[in-house]
Parts: sequence; C-alpha cells; structure tokens
Amino acid sequence: MTVVVYVPRDSAARSVGADAVAKAIAVQADARGVAVKIVRNGSRGMFWLEPLVEVETGTGRVAYGPVASGDVAALFDAGFLTGAAHALALGPTEEIPYLKNQERLTFARVGVIDPLDLASLSALGGLDGLKAALAMDGEAICAAITESGLRGRGGAGFPAGIKWKTVHDQPTGRKYICCNADEGDSGTFADRMIMEGDPFTLIEGMAIAGLAVGAEDGYVYIRSEYPDAIETMSAAADLMEQAGWLGADIGGSGRSFHLHIRRGAGAYICGEESSMLESLEGKRGTVRAKPPIPAIHGLFGKPTVVNNVLTLATVPVILAKGADYYKGFGMGRSRGTKPFQLAGNIRQGGLVEKAFGITLRQLVEEFGGGTASGRPFRAAQIGGPLGAYVNDAMLDIETDYENLAAAQAMLGHGGIVVFDDSVDMAAMARFAFEFCEIESCGKCTPCRIGAVRGKETVEKIQRGENVAANLELVGDLCETMRDGSLCAMGGLTPMPVLSAMRLFPEDFDPLHSKSGPLMAAE
Amino acid sequence: MTEAESARTGAGADAQAVCARHGNNPAALLEILHDIQDEAGFVAEAVLPAIAGALNLSRAEVYGVVSFYHDYRRAPAGPVVVKLCRAEACQSMGALALIEAVCAARGIVLGGTSEDGVTIEPVYCLGNCALAPAAMVNGKLVGRADTERLDIAMREARS
Ligand SMILES: Cc1cc2nc3c(=O)[nH]c(=O)nc-3n(C[C@H](O)[C@H](O)[C@H](O)COP(=O)(O)O)c2cc1C
Ligand code: SF4
Ligand code: FES
Repeated sequence: MTVVVYVPRDSAARSVGADAVAKAIAVQADARGVAVKIVRNGSRGMFWLEPLVEVETGTGRVAYGPVASGDVAALFDAGFLTGAAHALALGPTEEIPYLKNQERLTFARVGVIDPLDLASLSALGGLDGLKAALAMDGEAICAAITESGLRGRGGAGFPAGIKWKTVHDQPTGRKYICCNADEGDSGTFADRMIMEGDPFTLIEGMAIAGLAVGAEDGYVYIRSEYPDAIETMSAAADLMEQAGWLGADIGGSGRSFHLHIRRGAGAYICGEESSMLESLEGKRGTVRAKPPIPAIHGLFGKPTVVNNVLTLATVPVILAKGADYYKGFGMGRSRGTKPFQLAGNIRQGGLVEKAFGITLRQLVEEFGGGTASGRPFRAAQIGGPLGAYVNDAMLDIETDYENLAAAQAMLGHGGIVVFDDSVDMAAMARFAFEFCEIESCGKCTPCRIGAVRGKETVEKIQRGENVAANLELVGDLCETMRDGSLCAMGGLTPMPVLSAMRLFPEDFDPLHSKSGPLMAAE
Repeated sequence: MTEAESARTGAGADAQAVCARHGNNPAALLEILHDIQDEAGFVAEAVLPAIAGALNLSRAEVYGVVSFYHDYRRAPAGPVVVKLCRAEACQSMGALALIEAVCAARGIVLGGTSEDGVTIEPVYCLGNCALAPAAMVNGKLVGRADTERLDIAMREARS
C-alpha cells in the first residue's frame, strides 16, 4: 500500500531544507522498497517546526518536525510511515495546540492540500463559494459581503462590501478587480502563504468579486521578492482556466473572468493602492491624489476594486457558509477572523488565524512562547513598518481595529514583530525614518524631506547633541509629516517613531543610558 | 560580439523582441524590463531607445520607470547575488550584524560586488520573518541565515 507523506513546498519551509528532506524521503523509500507518495503541500504555518513532515495514517495525519535530511533514515527505521514514536514526533497534526487553538477560515486548506490539486480542493469545499455566487446577482453578492462585516485585511480595514457596491453601482463597461499582493510589511507572510498554499481560493475570491461588480478582468500584483508565489499563482490560474473556472465561460455560466498575474519591481510604495495601479499601467509607482477613489477611477481610469489577498481569499468561505457564519466570529465592529503573523524574535513564529478579540499577550506568549533568544520581551511592532511599537503593558489589548486605534496603534496587515531587551528603540525610530527615505515615492515634500531630516535628527539624539531640542524637533517633524503627507507612507511613519519615543524614553536619553552616547552614527 | 562585450552593452537582450512578445503594450513595461534583466543581467542604457520606440513612449518615460524601481540594475551584478533582509523582523534577530559580517568577509560595502563575484544587496522583507534573519541567494530563499548557511548557499549558487 502506498503511504502518503506531506513535505511542504512553501518557500519558508524550503528556506530551511524542505526540498532536501523530500528528496531524502524519496531516496530512502526507494532503497527500502516501500511505496511512498510525496505530496508537496503548503505550510501549516508553524515555522519553528519546518520542515514539518506529515504522514497519512489510518487515524489521520501525524507530524514530525523539524526534520533535517539527516534525520530521514532514522525516521524510516523508527517506522514513521505508520506514525510510530520518534524524538521528532509531534502526534496528530491537528492536535498540536498551536493549530488546534486556531479558527482557520481563510486558511482552512493551507497546509492541508497540494495547492495545485483541484480535486482535493473541491473535496474540502473549494469552489462552493463561486458556485453559490453564480446563482446570485451582483447586488446580492455585495450585500452578503457587507453583511458578513468583512473589512479590508491589507491595512486600513475599509468594509469590503461597501467598496464593491460602489464599483457595482458605476455604469456598466470595463471594470477591474485588482488583488494587492505586494505584501511589503516586515513581519508579514500571510499573503505569501495563501498564494503558495491555496492559490485557488484567492482566484475564486477574485472571480466572485468580478461577478459581484461586473468586472471581467482581474490583476494580481505580486511583489518580485516572491518568485515561488508568482509561479504557483500562474500555474493555478492555468489550471483553473483548463477546468473552466476562469476564462470566457466560468462554470458554464456564460459569464467571463480573465486573470492576469503581474510582478512588482521592488518598491514598497507600490503596496499603496493608487501607486499599485500606476505600476500596473507600466508607470512609475507614484501615489495618485484622492479623490477620485479607485472604485470610481481606478486601473486605466475604470472603476476598480482593490483588495488585499486575505480579503479576497476570505470571500469564498463567506459565500459558501453564509454571512452569519462569518459574522459569528470576532468582536465589536471587527467581525470574523484575522490571520496574525508572529515574527522576529519569537520562539514559535508563524501564522495564527483567530477571531478578533484575542489579546496581543495571548498571541505573543501563549502561541508565540515568548522570545526566541529567551531574554525578556521589550517591544513589539504591530502592523508593519508604519505601525506602532507597543510595550509589555499594552500586550493586554484585545485585538480589534478600534481598540488598537484607541491605543495609538494599528492592526494593519496583522504582523507582530517581537523584540527582546537588547533592542535599541532610538535605532528603531531612526530606521523608521530611513525606511521612509528609501521607499518614499517622492511626490510630496513632508515625506520626501521629512524622512531625511527625521533620520538626521534622531542620529543627533543618539550622539547626545541638544537632546531636548532635537526631541522636540522630531515631534514637530512628525506632526508635519502626519498632517501634510499625501499618503500613509509619510503620514504614518510618525507612528513607530512617536510610539518608540513615548514608550521607551530612556533610549532617547543617551547621556543617561547604560550604553552612553553613540560616538558616530552607524 | 563576444559574450563580454554583449554583457557590457546589454545587447544580449533583444529589446524589440521582448516588447513584441508583450504585444508592444506600454502597460507591460515592468514585465518587459524584468524579462530584459533576466536575459542580460541588467537593463542597459543602450536598450532604452528601442523599448521607447516599440512601446511608443518617450525615452524619458522609460528611463523614469527604470530608475524608480529598486529591482532594475543599470550595470551587471556578480554571478552570485545575495540579498540580505534588513527590515525590522530580521533586525530583531541580528540581521544588521550579519550584514556587516558578510560584507566584511568580502571586503565590500552593502551594494558592492566582491572580487570573487558576489554582489551583496539590501532587501526589505522576504516574507520569511518567522525564520529571521532571511536572505535570498540567486533567487533561493534562505531562512535562519548565518554566515555558515550563507556560505553553503553561495557555493550551491555557483555550482
Ligand atoms: C505605503 C503603503 C503600503 C501599503 N502596502 C500594502 C500592501 O503591501 N498590501 C496591501 O494589501 N495593502 C497595502 N496598503 C494598503 C492599500 O493602499 C489598500 O488600502 C489596500 O490594498 C486595500 O485593500 P483591502 O481593503 O482589502 O485591505 C498599503 C498602503 C500604504 C500607504
Ligand atoms: S507621503 Fe511619501 S510616499 Fe506618499 S505620496 Fe507623499 S512622497 Fe509619496
Ligand atoms: S523582515 Fe526580513 S524577511 Fe520579513
């Protein structure tokens, strides 16, 4: 009998040796004359356990990890093909607390299936959402999304259904669905995991969006730093087309939806929606002034839905199981689940999809297991490079959009980057300005000039020059950037800077700090 | 033309053919530039007029796009390109010290190319932030990067 063994093809798993493990398993199976079928699945999102190998047994899948290629022979000797005990054995995969305690709606199939096997997708409810949508009119689909409470997962949290309705209500004609897969935020990888682990679901969500608003063309703008995601998405689009779920006649409905995959070219600002649209038109990624909004005047001047990968990949489950089902998760005005990403100096980094309302502390301590270094926790940056730093006391915040905003922070794309007590928060504030300097599109002065001036001023503080006056100057600069920038690149760079200054003032007091003033800027 | 000459001028890429493959569609400019760079290793000044002509754009427009995006090289890189992540999550795991060590070992500054043909560049997040520090060596992602693991990846990239 052939035993099915899963070895992830996710690029993070491959970055720590999954390919070599898959190869070693094939070689050992061959040498021992046992029939093994290796399935390259997505990642379960428990990255400290990668490469995570799973074996299909009579009682379900059992996991081993982290497996090195050198462990494989011993795993065969121990009888891992029947789920036998071994030092790397983790028991039934779904019983691992990190996974068991999640609510995986968007990520239901990621890590479970071969991402390019349509049959196993369908067996697990894939395409049910699209089939349901094909029986509805556009207005009803928009209403279902609005009713579900789904808000944009890319950063700003705008209600997806309302955006769709705006595009729906524009006169018929060319309209577009643009999926924002630029995922530039440090500390985030959820979009990548979807594209590499369950691309069909994202494409399904885009097709549903097309039906909802009357768009027949979709673009996925994927950052060039994600070559594996680009490849998997392209392959998935071809397979969907061959199966009749994309193209001129989706699901035999007579409706059409064509998908185009586009590569970015290494510009963080191209994650900002209007800059992304410029980039999709083949231009420099400079930010457009708003209004008009993309929903009215978007790609090539046509009404356009711009949504994040996670927003669109969540649409199918809403259509398949109903708005009420989705709405049943979450708290306050943040409905459903949020894919959080635990990153940086954290023992158990990975993807945690949970209903809104879980506290940052539960995420960092219970799921994350504290710092990777074993040193005390000092700070976490929430929501990417434009998000605020929080300290230990703030970890008790229950995560929803409004709570974070009330604490002068933001949830953003759900990245949580942990730092231990060796972090120098003045250096992080300086870096926030530096990043803005590197990635600014250059269109407006507060951002373009403010970032440079801000960086230089923090460097002066680090050297102990006129600290009080320079701290005030940084505060003023931040105010100018916040109020005078055209987009959130310049507008939110003050968030990490000011939160670092407010919560960790001792790091901005070089004369009194343990390390003393820096003699020269790095 | 020798290989060295074509590498210098970037003429290894037939810009017109690449544009034609993309239907001479100006919206595909980023893809066209990627294809040219994939073939020739960089986007040479010399190919810009041909692109502009094929897409019916001004030379300044094409130049503006090439210069806006971090990805496009205006000069060839070494045969091994190492991108080291210096964004926050990787910093929390010592990325800056790693970058310094990798550069120092080759006697170059970040962005430079060593005598043995290794180009070391900064990158801001590779989506591998739970296995920081992260790096990419000739397009291959490396997690939990340290000097040893990077040396192995560089050796593999050469072979
Ligand atoms: C500087 C900057 C970078 C951004 N980067 C991204 C990104 O990488 N991915 C993303 O989905 N949204 C990003 N956004 C937010 C987008 O502008 C936009 O709000 C989002 O794509 C809308 O989709 P959603 O409503 O589904 O979240 C960024 C915004 C700014 C200002
Ligand atoms: S704030 Fe910065 S990135 Fe945004 S439009 Fe202005 S210059 Fe461009
Ligand atoms: S911050 Fe380095 S990989 Fe994301």
